[in-house]
Amino acid sequence: MTEAALAPVLEMRGITKRYPGVVANDGIDLDVRPGEIHALLGENGAGKSTLMNILYGLASPDEGQILIGGKPAAIAGPSDAIRRGISMVHQHFMLVPVLSVAENILLGEEPMANPVFVDRRAAHARIRQLGRTFGFDIDPDATVGSLSVGSQQRVEILKALYRNANILVLDEPTAVLTPQETREIFAVLRQLTREFGTSIIFISHKLYEVLEIADRITVIRRGRVVGTRQPAETNEDELANLMVGRDVSLTVDRGESSPGDVVLEVDALRVNDDRGQEAVRSVSFSVRGGEIVGIAGVAGNGQDELVGALTGLRKAAAGRFAYGGHDLTRASVRSLMDNGLAFVPGDRHRYGIILSFPIDDNLCLNDYNRPPFARGIIRDEEAVDRWADARIDEFDIRTPSREVPAGTLSGGNQQKVVVAREFSGDTRVLILDQPTRGLDVGSIEFIHRQAIAKRDAGSAILLVSAELDEVMELSDRILVMYRGQIVAERDGRAADREEIGLLMATGGRDERPAETAEVAS
Amino acid sequence: MTDAGNSDQRELEQIPAGPDAAAPQARIPPPQSKSLWGRIIQVSAVPIAAVLLAFVVGSIFILGSSLLTGRDFDPLLPWIAYSSLMFGAFGGLNPIVDTMVAAAPLILGGLAVGLGFKAGLFNIGAQGQFLMGALGAAYVGASVAELPTPIAMTAAVLAGAAVGAAYGFIPGMLKAFTGAHEVVTTIMLNFIAAAIIAYLVAGPLGAEGFAFARTGPIGNAALVDVPGTRNLHIGVLLALLTVPIVWWILARTTFGFELRTVGANPSAARYAGMRPAVVTMTTMAACGLLAGLAGVVEILGVTGFINTSYGTSVGFDSISVALLGRAHPVGILFSAILFGAMRAGAPEMQLDAGIPVEIIDVLQGIILLFLAADILVRRLFRLRVAGTGVDELQTVSRSYGEQAPR
Amino acid sequence: MDVLYGIPIIGLIFQLIAYLIQTVPNIAPIILALATPIALGALCGIMNERSGVVNIGIEGMMLAAAFAGFVAAGFSEPYLPVFELELFNTTAPLLIGVIAAVLTAMALSLLHAWLSITIRADQIISGVIINVAALGLTGYLNRLVVTPNPRVGAGTFSSFNPPPEITDIPVIGWILDMFLDQGPIAMSVIVFVITLQILLFRSRWGLRTRAVGEHPKAAETVGIDVIRLRYRNVVIGGIFAGLAGAFLTLEATSSFQNGMTAGRGFIALAAVIFGRWTPIGALGAALLFTSAGAIGRAVSIRPPTDELVQLGQLLEGIPNEFYQALPYLITIIVLAGVVGRSVAPAAVGQPYERESKAT
Repeated sequence: MTEAALAPVLEMRGITKRYPGVVANDGIDLDVRPGEIHALLGENGAGKSTLMNILYGLASPDEGQILIGGKPAAIAGPSDAIRRGISMVHQHFMLVPVLSVAENILLGEEPMANPVFVDRRAAHARIRQLGRTFGFDIDPDATVGSLSVGSQQRVEILKALYRNANILVLDEPTAVLTPQETREIFAVLRQLTREFGTSIIFISHKLYEVLEIADRITVIRRGRVVGTRQPAETNEDELANLMVGRDVSLTVDRGESSPGDVVLEVDALRVNDDRGQEAVRSVSFSVRGGEIVGIAGVAGNGQDELVGALTGLRKAAAGRFAYGGHDLTRASVRSLMDNGLAFVPGDRHRYGIILSFPIDDNLCLNDYNRPPFARGIIRDEEAVDRWADARIDEFDIRTPSREVPAGTLSGGNQQKVVVAREFSGDTRVLILDQPTRGLDVGSIEFIHRQAIAKRDAGSAILLVSAELDEVMELSDRILVMYRGQIVAERDGRAADREEIGLLMATGGRDERPAETAEVAS
Repeated sequence: MTDAGNSDQRELEQIPAGPDAAAPQARIPPPQSKSLWGRIIQVSAVPIAAVLLAFVVGSIFILGSSLLTGRDFDPLLPWIAYSSLMFGAFGGLNPIVDTMVAAAPLILGGLAVGLGFKAGLFNIGAQGQFLMGALGAAYVGASVAELPTPIAMTAAVLAGAAVGAAYGFIPGMLKAFTGAHEVVTTIMLNFIAAAIIAYLVAGPLGAEGFAFARTGPIGNAALVDVPGTRNLHIGVLLALLTVPIVWWILARTTFGFELRTVGANPSAARYAGMRPAVVTMTTMAACGLLAGLAGVVEILGVTGFINTSYGTSVGFDSISVALLGRAHPVGILFSAILFGAMRAGAPEMQLDAGIPVEIIDVLQGIILLFLAADILVRRLFRLRVAGTGVDELQTVSRSYGEQAPR
Repeated sequence: MDVLYGIPIIGLIFQLIAYLIQTVPNIAPIILALATPIALGALCGIMNERSGVVNIGIEGMMLAAAFAGFVAAGFSEPYLPVFELELFNTTAPLLIGVIAAVLTAMALSLLHAWLSITIRADQIISGVIINVAALGLTGYLNRLVVTPNPRVGAGTFSSFNPPPEITDIPVIGWILDMFLDQGPIAMSVIVFVITLQILLFRSRWGLRTRAVGEHPKAAETVGIDVIRLRYRNVVIGGIFAGLAGAFLTLEATSSFQNGMTAGRGFIALAAVIFGRWTPIGALGAALLFTSAGAIGRAVSIRPPTDELVQLGQLLEGIPNEFYQALPYLITIIVLAGVVGRSVAPAAVGQPYERESKAT
């Protein structure tokens, strides 16, 4: 390696950023060399995104300095960053779904035919040429909202290339990709550094990925840099230790499961999406009491619709599902709950919790109208208070009191409120939809342990997650969902990660990784 | 709903979470006062400051506009105007009775709008529901005018309430089944209500033997005075009694909890097994009932009949009342009395100071402006209290772009 | 034809079509004139909502502009040099009136922008405030200033009279007549609509505006100043509301009455939705809304007779108030999605919190 001889293209010195009550970045130093892939490793909430938002002008540091090409640079907004050759691919894509690929790419940097109108022809030519260089097969006129997640990410990368970025920041780019798609993106990144000398900052919390792609790895914990390593001289255990600050067992000990009778039975279920297209196409499976069945799949392959139907939020178009032989296909949410359904929703803020309500009301959100929380139509606040105090205690929810609005809690504690509500009580069927999205390692461990305890208590658990790692870690059986169908079933302990990934991407047929998974819909 | 995106992510990134983190203090919760008085001051400081500021700005306005009329400049004019306004509203038993009589429909109308706010609905249709309630009370009142007073009164009141509720149910149903946003549909229904009244009063429901089209005399259906008073009809009592009832429903019943949950987050309400569509329809019908009652009180207590061009400002004043009262029943009570006092005292002011009664509408606009721009008010008075926003209103504006049934 | 008219029920539909073919060309200019304030209000709404701001206050902006235009024209008349253009009977006070109307609506738009973008107040409440304030202010000032001076007024713009060679062209002559037999403001509507349509979908400004209305954060990350663009669009939108107001008191009538906008600003909002947030669609919606009322009026003036007598008998039974309420009814039916569903710009109604300090 000869990087040592090269002057860094980017230096961040002593960056400090405080938010009310929190120091998000505490004197962070970071330097990036030309043509280097520099990984920024840290768990959710460690301050990686804040640091990158500062670099990109989306946040301003309280202290510290940014040097680009050795010269101090004040970056007041994204346009400053873009002018200095910095581009960013955000974790949540910054694409306008109703606009075309070309419009998204040229937005903000429009080539003009005259002072008023955009020169579309020039733009399209440029985009096609960029696509050819990197082997992207993307139609500039396609509407972005109709593309698969993988293709959308390519549009994001094209956006950066179009702006001639020489520093490219990628924020958790692989979170939603299959292992195969991940490999493709890695190839593009290597091509960029090799042929164009682009420097890349790669943000991730996945250890093996970082070891594979990075030239150097900087680990951040609680807003501080805790170490910089070369991949060759470190390993997953050391990085995990640095990242979390203590020894972590990378996998939860799930123990042996002892499945009982079939509890949840799904038979030839069909469900339509919001646009009326069939998203779940005749899916059949069953979950026994005391086992965790995981559904693996690239986001947008019908998982949301399947979960919606099984929880009563969406009406099934055909087929049926039953709890212990009792058909509940047409049942309301309320009657599903009465039959022993508990559900941790994927979009916590949308479904799981009411941010403006106090914690005690959130903890009885499903049972507000039955004893002991209500007598007839009148609520019993004392019973609610007693219940809330007990749950806060049992699930270790960190809060000053049960009366503060749920919105004042941290993300992990908000999810604990949801888990406390859903995991308490007599559960026959427990559906977990992305239960740990965006949480830190501690909260993830806690929730995983609770799920296994629930399994051992005899609940039938269906786990849906776009994070293959989570599915692999918890499931007794794994079902792979592809284009609205279950295409494979594997034993959870013996499954091969690569094989599952390939099934997720292709459905097991011999074809190229799906260009558009959502074409199914 | 795209609101999950940015705020979500930022928050997660900023706040160290989990068992090890020293978290909750991360977000500073609004300072909460322990004592009841502390809390009352906290919620009412900004509205009171907004009203005071509005009167100050209003006085500048009165001075400025007095120049337009070519009168001599009199720096004391605002003082004369406001003191005669006060005198007309509170200067004696009769003015106070007038104030309460003017406040009664505003209390009911304010509750009609405020209850909608709590469920995330912007009921701009209080005007139309008021008119329909008034029509129902006027027609049924005229039909039962000869029956014994308790029966006639009850029948007319119930009729007006029912018609108002039915008219409120329409936009609720439209929203629940088709997703048509209530802001526009209720405005349209206000105009339609005016057309319905113009047609029915001139035709099928009109009374014979009058110089102009109107409903018949209400006779025994007229609201009697509260025992021991003069001109203070029992509709005022009804309005005052409605306040604790609405408060109790919102704060203590399971329906109130459902209503507030739907208002705060309709998706979460569905997930919790509630039926937002049903809650929306029930709430809108209840809003219509309250606004209809406002019309009832006005017709049976004050005017006695309705004509083809019956005009009123109660419907729109009710929106201001609900906003000033922060959608809380007690807040609504006090703001309704304030606006009632302004309406009752304005004629006196026009007589004494020559200021047109329309200044009341201007003051109302300025009060609302200061409420919306509460950040200015807080800075000006150095108030360390929460904003005036009604939380559930976010649901209203955010849902405006959503044209989907839920 | 008589054979078709004779079929039970369906015959009535043929009769209606025949009546419309007879009537609409004659009243087409009236329909466009009635649609003008609604279409202009809708353009204001499009400018706002395409950039992600709800504007319920169009009604109030229109009303305030109508009043300001009327007063400015009326009271400036004695002080202005007398000149008169042949075209549209344009006079100096009328021009002053239009300018005053537009500036007033722009000022209120600036208030709306400030409240809903900078203060991040609820956008619907901000609109309600503008309506309440406009109604109160115009009522107050009307009583104070106009009522004591009943003779004040500067007249109106006159209509252009297209030559018969144009209006007599077969088939399209009446359409040309519709757009040409108008005063200056109504005539310019079609120009505004087409220009805005092209700019919205072909220009850089249009692309950026649509991006800001759909996904403001994505727009910001490519260096677009969301706040400034929203401000600019809301204030420019005010120009259209101002013209709509000026139309009411300087072109359609020569007087001001309290609350004379009569819900046109709200119907404009429905036209925005029905027209799927496009200028041409909104104009079409406005024409549809007003043609209902205009045809109703035509029926009461000259009911269908002769071979259409059956239709005439049917329509006779419909009260006049029904036609008055018709635009509002159609609006509700449209909103209820009976005529198809439309999707608003995704960020409408959501205040945007900028993360960067400045750009």
